[in-house]
Amino acid sequence: MTLSTKHQAPTEGDPVPRPASGPMVPAPPARRPRTRNLRTWVRGGGLSTLVFLAPMLIVFTVFSWSPIVQSVIMSLQETNLLDAPTWVGLDNFVHVLNDPLLGTAILNTLYFALLALLFGFPLPIVVAVLMSEVRRAKGFYSALAYLPVVVPPVVAVLLWKVFYDASPTGLFNTILGWVGIPPQPWLQSSATAMPSLVLEATWAAAGGSIIIYLAALLSVPPELYDAAEVDGASIWNKIWHVTLPQLRGILFIMLILQVIATAQVFLEPFLFTGGGPNNATVTILLLIYRYAFQNSLGGDYGEATALSVMLAIVLALLSWLYFKLTERWSTS
Amino acid sequence: MTTTQPPVFEGVDAPHAASGLRGVIGRRRAARRPDETGDRGIVSDHDRKNRGVKVGMGGVHFVLFVGLVIAGLGPLLWLAKSAVTPTQDTLRQPLALWPNGIDWANLPQAWNDVHIDQFFWNTIVIAAGSWFFQLLVATTAGYALSVLRPRYAPILNGAILATLFIPAVVLLVPLYLTIVNPPLLGDVSLLNNYLAVWLPAAANAFNILLVKRFFDALPREVFEAAKTDGAGPFRLFWSIVLPMSKPILGVVSVFAIIAAWKDFLWPMLVLPDPAVQPLSVRLPAVQQSIELDVFLAALAISTLIPVVLFLVFQGVFLRSAGLGGAVKG
Repeated sequence: MTLSTKHQAPTEGDPVPRPASGPMVPAPPARRPRTRNLRTWVRGGGLSTLVFLAPMLIVFTVFSWSPIVQSVIMSLQETNLLDAPTWVGLDNFVHVLNDPLLGTAILNTLYFALLALLFGFPLPIVVAVLMSEVRRAKGFYSALAYLPVVVPPVVAVLLWKVFYDASPTGLFNTILGWVGIPPQPWLQSSATAMPSLVLEATWAAAGGSIIIYLAALLSVPPELYDAAEVDGASIWNKIWHVTLPQLRGILFIMLILQVIATAQVFLEPFLFTGGGPNNATVTILLLIYRYAFQNSLGGDYGEATALSVMLAIVLALLSWLYFKLTERWSTS
Repeated sequence: MTTTQPPVFEGVDAPHAASGLRGVIGRRRAARRPDETGDRGIVSDHDRKNRGVKVGMGGVHFVLFVGLVIAGLGPLLWLAKSAVTPTQDTLRQPLALWPNGIDWANLPQAWNDVHIDQFFWNTIVIAAGSWFFQLLVATTAGYALSVLRPRYAPILNGAILATLFIPAVVLLVPLYLTIVNPPLLGDVSLLNNYLAVWLPAAANAFNILLVKRFFDALPREVFEAAKTDGAGPFRLFWSIVLPMSKPILGVVSVFAIIAAWKDFLWPMLVLPDPAVQPLSVRLPAVQQSIELDVFLAALAISTLIPVVLFLVFQGVFLRSAGLGGAVKG
């Protein structure tokens, strides 16, 4: 972790010796028998430092560090809220892996991710490049593009649910009628349900990506375009050989971020379809939710955490990759 | 293009050279003004004189304008219209520009009968509390780790950073059980208590990282001077570091409030009592029991505040969005 070592710069002008502390236990005085050291520790600012750290330590210990450890433990236990938990080894994992719905959920999630990649990934890049070339009204366009992001996601989904009305007088079907396309079932058929979810998700998220790409486009050195022109490059050449290669760092980062986000998609399938029709939109997260909170037999917390842990391992690898990339990006 | 060769100032004394240089830079900026930001883009001024390119750019401009208005503004305008349109009109002719009748009563009905007012207030309380606790934790921790720097700081940095790699989903069940049965509090459950939303939101490693990096870049001389003048760590924090950090506090505030306003799954789990639920949780629940026009009015009211906030504080929002990609975070 280069980040943590970087800040180990010499403690500035503070000759008061501070006692060393064990890992994770920032309360050294208990291990120091001599009260003189305690006094110098307090006078050197050790106590006030702890006071400043206290909110973070309490909140992270209770709501972050310990739940992370617990989730690993719970995935190996049979837990309900009444009896004491019992160890069951890898039973939860075996159960989850044998659930016939798991394969469906994984395929659905991959399908969602793939569609989001096809629709949702290129669109903001194209819009951002076009916006950066239009000279007037840039602020107005940025605001327009960002508006959908400001709409609360729950409102957006509920509103689009009205748009997706499958009757011939539904909003989208009316528009399709203008160009002579027959009414579509949208959310009510297993073939069109998932693309409909992706369409809404793309609309809701594109604005954020556009703003990020716009910022990245500003950082492309103009000299590169000048040089390309000297070599007789056309506009298309410049986009292909200068702009996109210059953006490849941020493009890759956004790609990973999108994969991480789509792997955890929950809101859209939960509110639009509840996983239907015929389980066509059951995603991994929806399955976790069902195990834990929608179980007629009471929460199956063990299976839910087992599946979360498996998903988390995959996602943690991706996040690690993302972190390595952003670190290189921001230091270069 | 102006020459890239640096201007030579022979036999000119320093102040003049400086002003001369400034003059050149100023002129160069002015010459580039048409390119808006001062930097050129993909299409050069020379390209823009070409007729085909001119027509093409005009087309691009038109498509961009129409597309962005339809996609960005369209759904909101439709929602605004439908909020005051009778249900039958919305169902039969969703795209009619002028409905047969205007039903202003939808709005007060949604506000009073559906109790949007109550849920609105709950949302504001949730957002305000999350904002407070996130700022409290991020600034105090950032200050301790960046300015006070105890010996064990690297360990804490690592432990905080590590949580960034753990996706939120893995915490869902254990965190829920922590809320149902919090440690050290005996039989008290935090269900239906706003602390159950506020405190987990405060355990946000990204905030601490942002604030800490900002504090790292503050000039240490100022801190030393304050210390020499007798300022203790608390005084230094409150009177020196915080006032110098308004930009990053603004960014963290925007993140915190937006996230709280958007959150759905977590408040739904830990606030099962409808009386304390925020809009995001209540709206899907009331959908079945009320008429479509009143429901759309409720949606419109829930959208209004974030949209107005965005239009007023556009700059902060868009800057934070650029940062949200964690490009520099």
